[in-house]
Amino acid sequence: MSDHDYTPKSKVGKWFNDRLPLLSLANHLTEYPTPKNLNYWWTFGGILTFCLITQIVTGLTLAMHYIAHADMAFESVEHIMRDVNYGWLIRYIHANGASMFFLAVYIHIFRSLFYGSYKSPREIIWIIGIIIYLLMMAAAFMGYVLPWGQMSFWGATVITNLFSAIPFVGEGIVNWLWGGYSVDNPTLTRFFTLHYLIPFLILGLVVLHIWALHVPGNNNPIGIDIKKPSKDTVPFHPYIVIKDGFALLMFMIVFAFFVFYTPNILGHADNYIEANPLVTPAHIVPEWYLLPFYAILRSVPDKLLGVIAMLSAILILAVLPWLDTSKIRSAVFRPLYKQFYWILVADVLILGYVGAMPAEGLYLLIARVATAYYFLHFLVVLPVLGFKEKTLPIPLSITEPVLGGLPNMATAKNKESLNK
Amino acid sequence: MSDKKPERREFLFTATYAIGAVGAGAVVWPLIDQMNPDASVKALASTEVDVSSLTPGKTITVLWRGKPVFIRRRTQDEISEARSVKMEDLKHPEKDEDRAKDPEWLVMLGVCTHLGCVPLNDKGDYDGWFCPCHGSHYDTSGRIRKGPAPLNMEVPKYEFVNANTIKIG
Amino acid sequence: MKNFINFLIITIFFFGSFNLHSAEKVEYLKTNWSFKGLFGKFDRGALQRGYQVYNEVCSSCHSMKYVSYRNLAEKGGPEFSEAEAKAIAASFEVTDGPNADGEMFTRPAKLSDKFWKPYENIKAAEAANGGAYPPDMSVLVKARGGGVDYIYSLLLGYEDAPVGVNLDDGVYYNKYMYGNKIRMSAPLSEGIVEYGDGTKATVEQMSKDVTTFLMWAAEPHLESRHQMGFKAIVYLIILTILVYFSMKRIWSRVETEV
Repeated sequence: MSDHDYTPKSKVGKWFNDRLPLLSLANHLTEYPTPKNLNYWWTFGGILTFCLITQIVTGLTLAMHYIAHADMAFESVEHIMRDVNYGWLIRYIHANGASMFFLAVYIHIFRSLFYGSYKSPREIIWIIGIIIYLLMMAAAFMGYVLPWGQMSFWGATVITNLFSAIPFVGEGIVNWLWGGYSVDNPTLTRFFTLHYLIPFLILGLVVLHIWALHVPGNNNPIGIDIKKPSKDTVPFHPYIVIKDGFALLMFMIVFAFFVFYTPNILGHADNYIEANPLVTPAHIVPEWYLLPFYAILRSVPDKLLGVIAMLSAILILAVLPWLDTSKIRSAVFRPLYKQFYWILVADVLILGYVGAMPAEGLYLLIARVATAYYFLHFLVVLPVLGFKEKTLPIPLSITEPVLGGLPNMATAKNKESLNK
Repeated sequence: MSDKKPERREFLFTATYAIGAVGAGAVVWPLIDQMNPDASVKALASTEVDVSSLTPGKTITVLWRGKPVFIRRRTQDEISEARSVKMEDLKHPEKDEDRAKDPEWLVMLGVCTHLGCVPLNDKGDYDGWFCPCHGSHYDTSGRIRKGPAPLNMEVPKYEFVNANTIKIG
Repeated sequence: MKNFINFLIITIFFFGSFNLHSAEKVEYLKTNWSFKGLFGKFDRGALQRGYQVYNEVCSSCHSMKYVSYRNLAEKGGPEFSEAEAKAIAASFEVTDGPNADGEMFTRPAKLSDKFWKPYENIKAAEAANGGAYPPDMSVLVKARGGGVDYIYSLLLGYEDAPVGVNLDDGVYYNKYMYGNKIRMSAPLSEGIVEYGDGTKATVEQMSKDVTTFLMWAAEPHLESRHQMGFKAIVYLIILTILVYFSMKRIWSRVETEV
């Protein structure tokens, strides 16, 4: 991992570093050559790290007061909100932090989609990212069950029941998951354990994610390979540190607004009703960040096929580097792909919207069309585009003007990406 | 590096660090304070006990802040015995008058000062309490007389809110 | 920058669209809530009157099991004095025990006790109310999509059923109740409570006061939250500005402007 030979300045430092090269690591991270044309869409990796740490710290402190038992869970959350010093603050940060975490991860993913960050040689970074995303969804789903409100209970019931769709072993698996014959106390306690565990798995994967990134280095808005270090790069500290810091502060202002002024707006009122196995809420909906997948699930009339469709929608992302056949990374130079990209964005937002609506009538029709289009984008549009699309000429470097080709157009595009 | 306004640059960075540090402190405090006793625990920090049914020579034990508290209504003999002990004879010298303002009432934490066991009432060589764990003997004022305990049983803050009720804590 | 603004617009529309889902076809009655807005605070008088309405009218059927008597004296709430709150508590008998004989007994409530419950458990509450459970009110305001506007409107929404709507025994028509049928008869009538501060106890006044009280019961730390939020956001804006200029200063060392 040491790019150049680094010797700590102090004798104690050298002694320690010879045995555990932490200071070399710190030096690597400080000097790490980063493309200097990165725009603000690149700040979300740092923001995500902040979100993960926030969730772990607030989660730890909540776990000191929360009681994972069906008879006491709801009351323990109220105890946190009312009696624990700053309990209300820590709880609202944790609950809204989950939403902010997903907001950031979706921006981060869509950045990669636009700029081709998933393409060779960054496929493994991308796949680790998909695994992190899956774990995030599992952690968030289980975390939402813990307050043991109506949505907690019934959301858990609906989603765990999906496993019964698996032929032959389905029902056995569901009872195994539940630890009983329905969602009940055993389910709650094991969800608490797993919810506590998963963020640390995510932490480990994030380390691998960043490690894998540091091999080729960051992608950049114009998607070209660059030499590092060079005139095209800046050392991570202080340039990227301060830029990530600025972006993080802007993010925190939005976060603070939710926590302090509208802390329940992203949630569902029914989750302030204690879980009742005898009464089903009128509309069972997951949290907003799971809605697109909920829409896909419900758009297929068959239970098993619906589950397969929902899972495929996520797993298809894992093979994206091989589905997209284009040699050009960045959408800046792929005018057709750019259009399809924005259509995909709209498609996902539409799926999210209909996911919150009852699965009937016009909503169901839209969900089906949007689901079909989603798969069409990845399975048909991307492979075909790679061959058919006429891309724009790409510059040779970030700072040097392009040699030959269409200099004005390329330089103008250069300027456009730099000014994003 | 621009040499144009080095002082301005220095000030900007120093100010940013300083203001940032203030924020960091503000964030850390709630995380630490949430471990402090919460409002529901503090509400139980004092307990009121009805002692109207206590006759002289009887002791009751109540729970206060999770620990046993002995409330004994002492007989005249027990009071004079407690008051006549010489300070030199005590491992932890304390006057009975200081431990029981109203001599008839002895209120103290029923926790042995050795290693925390609950001493037994009306036992031991000094007409007070005896701790079975390691053999500490306490007198009628709850003072350690024999055995490994270093201190007398602790007298908490308490007061009579009326003739029948003691508020502890 | 342009893309960022586009993104912001899309996000706001996206998140805002969810509120359309919870909006009912009927518009709720509007009133000024003192606790709404960035600097919102509770009206102490309304909270104290609201407590009186809850206590004298609602509490015979509706529990409020997560609120304690000491909360009535705490900052940010009705702010009764400690003596007043103690007296309020002492007027209720709560279960304690077991005693030395192993039996449960009742005693006057203390500040540290939770509010007295009209029924021991949900089944008892249902049985006493024809099968309909009067919901606990500790977080009721947060448990209904329409929030305080919904509760306020519901209390004022009792009317005669329109032609063609048949009501069973014990079912009443309410303009704002989900489904329009409600098992609770109109709980408030003019003068049903005599306010200690002399305010006229119209149905509208009592509805507003008790709803304000319910908002506090659900969010006792609302005022701290608003105050802390204001300080936090001002602080973040200041720090953001400082960091912004630090960033510009540092990046000025690089030739290409990013």
